[in-house]
Formats: sequence, C-alpha cells, structure tokens
Amino acid sequence: MNNLLNSYFVKTHKLEISITIIAVVLFLIYFLGAPHVFTRFPIYRAFMQSMPFFGIIAISATFVVTLGEIDLSFPSIVGITSLIFGIIMTSTDGNFFIAFILATSLGMFAGLVNGLLVTKIGIPSIVATIGTLFFWRGLVNVISQGSGIAIVDVADGTWHHMIFVEKLFGKIPMQFIWFIVLTGLMQWVYRYHKFGNHIHFVGDNKASAQMMGINVDNVKIIAFVQLGFFSALAGIFTMYEMLYFWPTQGEGLMLTTLAAVFVGGTSVFGGKGTIFGTFIGVLIIGSLESGIVALGLSGFYVKFINGLMITVAVTVYALIQRRKS
Amino acid sequence: MAEELLKLQNIYKNFGNVKVLKDVNIKINKGEVVALIGDNGAGKSTLIKVITGVHSPNSGKVFFKEEEVQIKSVAQSRKMGIEAVYQERALCDQQELYRNIFAGREITNSFGFLDIKKQRKEAEKILRDYIGFTSKAITVDSQVMGLSGGEKQGVAFGRSLYFNSDLIVLDEPTMGLSIQETEKVLNFVKGLKNENKSAIFIDHNIIHVYGAADRFIILDRGEVVGEFNKENITREELVQRMIQLHESGKIKVEE
Repeated sequence: MNNLLNSYFVKTHKLEISITIIAVVLFLIYFLGAPHVFTRFPIYRAFMQSMPFFGIIAISATFVVTLGEIDLSFPSIVGITSLIFGIIMTSTDGNFFIAFILATSLGMFAGLVNGLLVTKIGIPSIVATIGTLFFWRGLVNVISQGSGIAIVDVADGTWHHMIFVEKLFGKIPMQFIWFIVLTGLMQWVYRYHKFGNHIHFVGDNKASAQMMGINVDNVKIIAFVQLGFFSALAGIFTMYEMLYFWPTQGEGLMLTTLAAVFVGGTSVFGGKGTIFGTFIGVLIIGSLESGIVALGLSGFYVKFINGLMITVAVTVYALIQRRKS
Repeated sequence: MAEELLKLQNIYKNFGNVKVLKDVNIKINKGEVVALIGDNGAGKSTLIKVITGVHSPNSGKVFFKEEEVQIKSVAQSRKMGIEAVYQERALCDQQELYRNIFAGREITNSFGFLDIKKQRKEAEKILRDYIGFTSKAITVDSQVMGLSGGEKQGVAFGRSLYFNSDLIVLDEPTMGLSIQETEKVLNFVKGLKNENKSAIFIDHNIIHVYGAADRFIILDRGEVVGEFNKENITREELVQRMIQLHESGKIKVEE
C-alpha cells in the first residue's frame, strides 16, 4: 500500500486521483440516498444527454485556463453561432455542410477577436471577454429580434441529426460518444502535442516561454480560436437536440462550464491542468442538480451545494499548490 | 588571429524617447568570454536582448560569423547558435525537466506530436553527460520547482551545449546563489572555452566577472566607455575604474 502511494503514477497524478475519489464518493451518496433513481438506467441516459453540451466547452476552455487566461464570452458565441446555424439550415433547406462550416467559422472568428484583443491590444482577458460576451449576445438579439427559429423540418430524421444526437443502440446518446472521443483527442493534444506543451509553458511563465522561443501571442490566439470553434460545436449539438433556436441559447452555460474546469483541478494561476480532471468535473457539476433533487432535498439547495463544491475544491487545490512551492 | 563570432556595429536602441543604447560597438571572438559591466540602467540587459532577438535595434548592424544578420526573434537567434541563459527565466517551474530542455524545440513527428520517449532519453543524457547530475532526487521527470538556482543554471547550460550553440548569453548568472553554487556556475563558464564556445555575461559582482572573463566591456548610460583585456588590468584596477566611473560619471582610459 505504501509502495503504491509512493509510486510515480500516484505522485504525478495527485489531482486526478483526488477528483476521481470525490466523484466516486458523490455518486455513492446518490446511489445510497436515492437507489430507486440511481439503480436504473434513465438517469444515466439523461446525464449522457445533457452533459456534453457544456462538457465539450469545458474541455476546450481548459486550454485557455491553463494559459492563466479566462474566456467569459463563450455563452454568447454559442448564441450567435447557433443563430447562424439555424438561419442557414432553414434558408438552404437543410444544407448541413454550409451551415456547419459557416457556424464554426464564425465561432473561430469570435475566438480570434478575443485572442487579438488580449494579445495585440493587451486587454486582460476577463475584461475583453466581458465586452465580447455582451457584443455577441447583443448581435443575436438584433438579428433575431427576440424570436426563435425552428429547424425541426430541415433537421429531424436526417443523417446529421442521427450522428449528432440520436441514440446508439437505442440507449446511448451520440453526443456523449462525441464528448468522450473529443475528450480523448484533446487530452492527447494537451499532453503530447507541441501546442499543448506550449500552452503549459506560456501559462507557467510567459516571460520564460518567450525566452525559450515560444511565440506567446500565437499560442494564446490559437487557444481562444479553438474555444470559439468548440463553442460553435456545442451550439450545433444543442440545436440538433432541441431542434429549435432561442435567443438566450447558451446563457446558462457560463458558470457550470467554468466550475467544471476549476473543480477538475486546473490551476487558476496557469501552467498546470488536467483534461481528465475537467471530464470528471463535468460529471460532478452536471449531476449535482438531479442528484440533489433525487436525494430528496429541495431544488433550492442546488446552487448552495454547487457553490460549496467549487469553493472547497479550489481551496484544496490552492493548498496543495502552496505546500509544493 | 582570433576568429570573430559576433560583431555589433553602431547599435542604437530607443524606447520611446529614452535612448537606451547609443552607438554601441562590440566584438566577440570564438572561444572568448566577455563580461558586460555597468551600473543599473546602463543598458546591459537591453544590449543582450538585442543579441538574443528579444528586441530589434533601431539602427546599426549585427554580424554573426562575419555575415550581416537581422535577428528578429528568439527562435531565430537560437537557430543561428545564440543561446540565452537567464537566471530567473531560464526554465518554467511547474513543468518537467525534459519538457523544459526541449521547450520551443520539441522533438516531434510530422503531426507535431511529441516524441516523449526520445525527449526523456536525450534529457537523461544531458543531465548525466553535460551537467554531471548524479543526485537521485533529480530526474528528467522532476518539476523544475525543486531545483536550486545553480542546478537550474546547470540545466540551462546543458541545454545550450546539447543544441551546440556558439554563443551563450548569460544574464546575472550568479545572482542570489550560494558561494558553492556560484563556483559551479563559473566553472560552467570556464568549461565553455574548452569547447571553443563563446559567452557574454552580465554580472554585478566584479570578483566573479574577473575570474571568469577574458575581456571586460564597461557600459554607462547606453555607451561603451571602456574595454579592457584581462592581461592589461588587475582586479583592483578594474574595481577602481568602476568606482571612478560611479563618482565622476566618466572613465579615464589611458593607453
């Protein structure tokens, strides 16, 4: 046992192990407290259905947070890209390719704007992305004039609807499969690709990274652009699930998404993070609401317990970090 | 006749209205260690940042291996064979040693994915052969955080040797180090000469500088005000000159 605790894997994966234990304990509580809900499949299907929408963004946002930056504008990027997706789908009689390419391009453009504001103009990311948060949502309101768009006629029953959100073997929502695949892919990029490596160095110490010949500005810009892309992708998933665009689409995503990243163990100070942790963070944050209600507590506890989880988690990580240095 | 490695000609650098470097001319030969000394604000750091590509000069020419070059980025200067070792900024604290050694020059496949195995193996070699780390506590997977100042410098030196740099630029290499660690770092500097590598370094401590350098260039308010070979000046004289410069604002250069 002692040997196991001192092994290389345990030493280098403290955060991942702690967060996994927290998640296991949490699900044990659900399981023991509400066996009638948690021994049956439907609750898990519901989780698999709803988690990917913010989970995909959380995975992608982990890159930006590891840089020591933040992006608050993604809920509005989800809004504007979903709107464009809806408009093009309905006006082209369901041309998926054009709609997909334009929506994701717009998402990347929005990310590029964030990246340029942060690097070239030098606005702190928290301020710059508050600006673009309002800007893109405002544009959604102006274009949509407050009304929604139904894509049910052009999307329902199509092959693209099938690969995005229908159930595999009638049980597993496709968006969850995509979420797992993307998490794996992004984990690989995060740890083993040059880009992920540079993300770590820039987030750790910008000046050092620059001295080592890493193009700090480019790394940051690409990070914001990929988050723009994945925000658009999350918007498209939501569109297929709901078959409807509404002007506030994406607005509820901000806190859950960022909470998942921070609960997952990615350092607020930059330089250190974990995609796997974010994935577990998504499972925790995404299950709290149903879990709490299933346990018999009233819905009023949801935010309270959510807040408690986040505060405790980031405090523990900050203490681990401080003990190290 | 010594072979010339780097020559700066009439270098000017302004930050806004502030003239930080004024008509700077210096030359570094192969296998030579040059110390850059001067008070705070003399322009030492700016000068080495011009050499490493962090700053571009406003005017003037840079020659490397007798060819005129324009160093536009750190990546470019590294490629040419100029490697910087910065005390505080040599490495990133939370990242593993092997990642630090290859940061910005990763060994990757054609898709940009890292060859972790090879990086670790090469890093191992650097630790063992170039730096002589034998401590079991430090492995290629260690975070840099746990290393002492001298060890960090050692890793940075090892990195520059591994990448076969011709000119190593050292910014305050002994600042904040214990006597023992300082000794190690100065030995690294002396060791460079055996490999026919050149170095330019900044240090506040004239005693350190004197021991390790072949030549001293004194900067004051952006200008070169004195240049001495070690055989022509004793340590005491050098100290005297610096005090003189500090008091009178100029240096008396006698032939």
